[in-house]
Amino acid sequence: MAGVTAALFRRPGWWRALTYTILAGAFGLALVVVLRKISGLPTFQTEQTGYPQVIVPAITAPLGFLVGIGCFDYWLRWAVGAPTFPKEREHENHGAFTWRDYFKVNTDHKVIGIQYICTTFLFFFIGGAMAMVMRAELAQPGTQIVDPSLFNGLFSTHAAIMIFVFVIPAFSGIANYVLPLMIGAPDMAFPRLNALSYWMLPIAGVLFVASFLCPGGAFDAGWTGYAPLSTGAPLGQSFFNLGVQFAGASSIATALNFLVTIVTMRAPGMNFWRLPLLVWANLSTSLLVVAATPFIAGVQFMVLFDRALHTNFFQSAFGGDVISYQHIFWFYSHPAVYIMMLPGFGIISEVISTHSRKPIFGYRLMALALIGIVVLSYSVWAHHMFVAGMFSWLRVPMMITTLLIAVPTGIKIFSWLGTLFYGKIHLRSTSMLFALGFVTTFTIGGISGVMLGMIPIDIHVSDTYFVVAHIHFVLFGGSVFTIFAGIYHWFPKMTGRMYDERLGRVHFWLTLVGMLGTFIPMHWIGMEGMPRRVADYSATFGDWNLAISVCAFVLGAAQLIFLYNMIVSWRFGPKAGPNPWRAKTIEWQVSSPPPVFNFDEIPRVVGGPYEFGVPGARHVIMPGEEAEVKEPERAGVGAPS
Amino acid sequence: MAPVRGVPIGKLIAAVIVLTIVSSVIMLIPDWNGEQGSTAAPKIDTLLDVMIVLSSFVFSIVMVMLVYSLWRWRVRPGDEGDGAPIHGNTRLEIAWTVIPTVIVLVGAIYSWIVLSDIEAHDPDRMVVDVYGQQYTWHFNYPEEGVTSRELHVPIDRQVEFRLHSLDVIHSFWVPEWRIKKDAVPGITTHAFVTPDETGDYTLVCTELCGYGHATMRAPVKVEDSQGVFDQWAQTQEPIPESEPKPGETTPKQLRQ
Repeated sequence: MAGVTAALFRRPGWWRALTYTILAGAFGLALVVVLRKISGLPTFQTEQTGYPQVIVPAITAPLGFLVGIGCFDYWLRWAVGAPTFPKEREHENHGAFTWRDYFKVNTDHKVIGIQYICTTFLFFFIGGAMAMVMRAELAQPGTQIVDPSLFNGLFSTHAAIMIFVFVIPAFSGIANYVLPLMIGAPDMAFPRLNALSYWMLPIAGVLFVASFLCPGGAFDAGWTGYAPLSTGAPLGQSFFNLGVQFAGASSIATALNFLVTIVTMRAPGMNFWRLPLLVWANLSTSLLVVAATPFIAGVQFMVLFDRALHTNFFQSAFGGDVISYQHIFWFYSHPAVYIMMLPGFGIISEVISTHSRKPIFGYRLMALALIGIVVLSYSVWAHHMFVAGMFSWLRVPMMITTLLIAVPTGIKIFSWLGTLFYGKIHLRSTSMLFALGFVTTFTIGGISGVMLGMIPIDIHVSDTYFVVAHIHFVLFGGSVFTIFAGIYHWFPKMTGRMYDERLGRVHFWLTLVGMLGTFIPMHWIGMEGMPRRVADYSATFGDWNLAISVCAFVLGAAQLIFLYNMIVSWRFGPKAGPNPWRAKTIEWQVSSPPPVFNFDEIPRVVGGPYEFGVPGARHVIMPGEEAEVKEPERAGVGAPS
Repeated sequence: MAPVRGVPIGKLIAAVIVLTIVSSVIMLIPDWNGEQGSTAAPKIDTLLDVMIVLSSFVFSIVMVMLVYSLWRWRVRPGDEGDGAPIHGNTRLEIAWTVIPTVIVLVGAIYSWIVLSDIEAHDPDRMVVDVYGQQYTWHFNYPEEGVTSRELHVPIDRQVEFRLHSLDVIHSFWVPEWRIKKDAVPGITTHAFVTPDETGDYTLVCTELCGYGHATMRAPVKVEDSQGVFDQWAQTQEPIPESEPKPGETTPKQLRQ
């Protein structure tokens, strides 16, 4: 009996999480009922936008879950002055020794990285299945499979899931795993905060998916949730407002963690010009996240307040300003597209350099281009609003900054191509195929982005399938390709096993062909007059849509090959050595997977990260290696300056 | 041109030019934007065509460099050596920073010129009040004092559309005119079009406005002349008294 009580109330874990979730949800519900009784209001309010009896528990229950699963145990003990953990138990929740440890609160950045990646890919397949249903509906004009209301719910949740609980956190997962290793740190700066960041993420995904159970269906105002459509939408919209809070809090905490880790925990000798570009990329991304993400959190609270508390931020009849929603929303959501792209740039730099056996061409300009994108990306948001009816004078300056941001992006493309020149290019790894595929598809996405940045063209194609094509070229051909490249590249490091390259190649080629077949024709039907976000369309676009749907199914099926390859290889793949790609960065100098605390002794960094082919050059001296290895001459990239 | 360290620069440039021409021709043959129905349409389409050629050029550079390097420097089986330790080339890096900057700035200026051209106001324009409401459109003609569920305009005269929304955001788009603008609750927005082809078109709502968004359409007809338009206007209902005047629209929430 005592054991059961301990499991339900005292010992951190899933049983306690269940108890606390229920208790906290019940508390929230009771709070609403009691307050409404005292105020003389009817106990339950079922206005479409209201439902406090659902919204308040939807806030308290996840918090109960976080406490129950054990995210706050250490901090709470410390805060009340209770003994925290004895010395020998200090690292009890650190490192994974059985598969069960991946389902617990864990403070090891490598465990958290894998937790992130597996969770985000779960949501990738859920969001992908939604896309398949949409393409089935769109294969023919008219309404066949889902009604327009459900269709609107599907594309809204598809986008919300892919953006907030797949692309952004998948990059956090990869960086979580490799970034501390790359800079020679034993872990992240704040391991417990890191665990909390992870556990907030599934809550966001569950809230998005759970919105389908709401009366009135899932949120259906698009992932952009423009007011006043969103402020008047059924209950599901509140689940979007709340889900974004958890995903946003998770991403802000992770970004802070990365910033502090990168600034304070670099190994001796690891100056900024010796950082691998993946670290630079996450440094820039984190700068964007900490400053921009609070804006979307704020604006979703404003929508929630308009809905539940009858504030009038966006109610024009009561003095609210409809367009201000878009300004605040895009002030986050444009930097967000770089949040979804810069970490990918970092991955591609690692992959291309390693597999062409050459230093990155123009390393410093590559790092500066990242910073240039960070600065410029704060000044382009209104290019999403050229036809929105905002002040017209704001359009031209925003067009100029938008077109200028193509310059640092172009620098990166050309530098990767320069890295290939005079290299010894290995195509044996699927990661390299995805990296080269990315260069192709992202160039197309970048070009259509420049077109969209030109106001006269945007006036015509804004909110059409041209935009759908563009975002999928940059988010699928861009972000998702880089995520695949990263997963394939570090799979041996994370699992200690090799994946099946043959299946990897099949996955790559089907994905590339399916992707091009799906998204290229969308440009054309958009220019010709097909608006986005429609369940039904003019019969003239029927043939193209059928072809697009067929390609989309190929694309969807290809991802199942990836899933099979990853699962089977993780379990049965041949053992990988510590450094199957013969890369120079520090994560490859330790065993695969690395030991729990990464290094017995912190390594010493003595040169740049990509010194392929430079005689005698070294990036790092690992503990136990010959002490007589000298620092190279002060020449080339990576020399202290 | 002389080869640079074994790279046939001349041949690569030739390949880029050939690929640019081929892909531009392929991309320019189809009439992507469809029929042109306003004075703005050819200007926007020309800008788009220029961009297509320019994009083909940029894309060709990337593809030629990518394919050439894969063909030329793909490792031979068994070779586990490293590539040439080249860390960069300052002149090249300056070039691919400065040249694209110049290109996009020229593009920006060109776009700005087209923009001010298509948005120039004609003092002799007619005014139409457009009302979007989940999920229908209606049109008031203040000069004629009539209202209709169809949009009729005369040919060759600039029309100023004053866009109003009675509930959520809608967007006014006639693809053949190339002009789009959101109708926003609480404010009046403006779109300027000079139709120069007679014909029947469709007004499409392009801002997600709810479950009926996909079917929020209205018929559009460009009449042969002002006279034909006036005749049509006389057959329409007068504007009802209850209609909100421009600038004093009071949006009500439909889904309360």
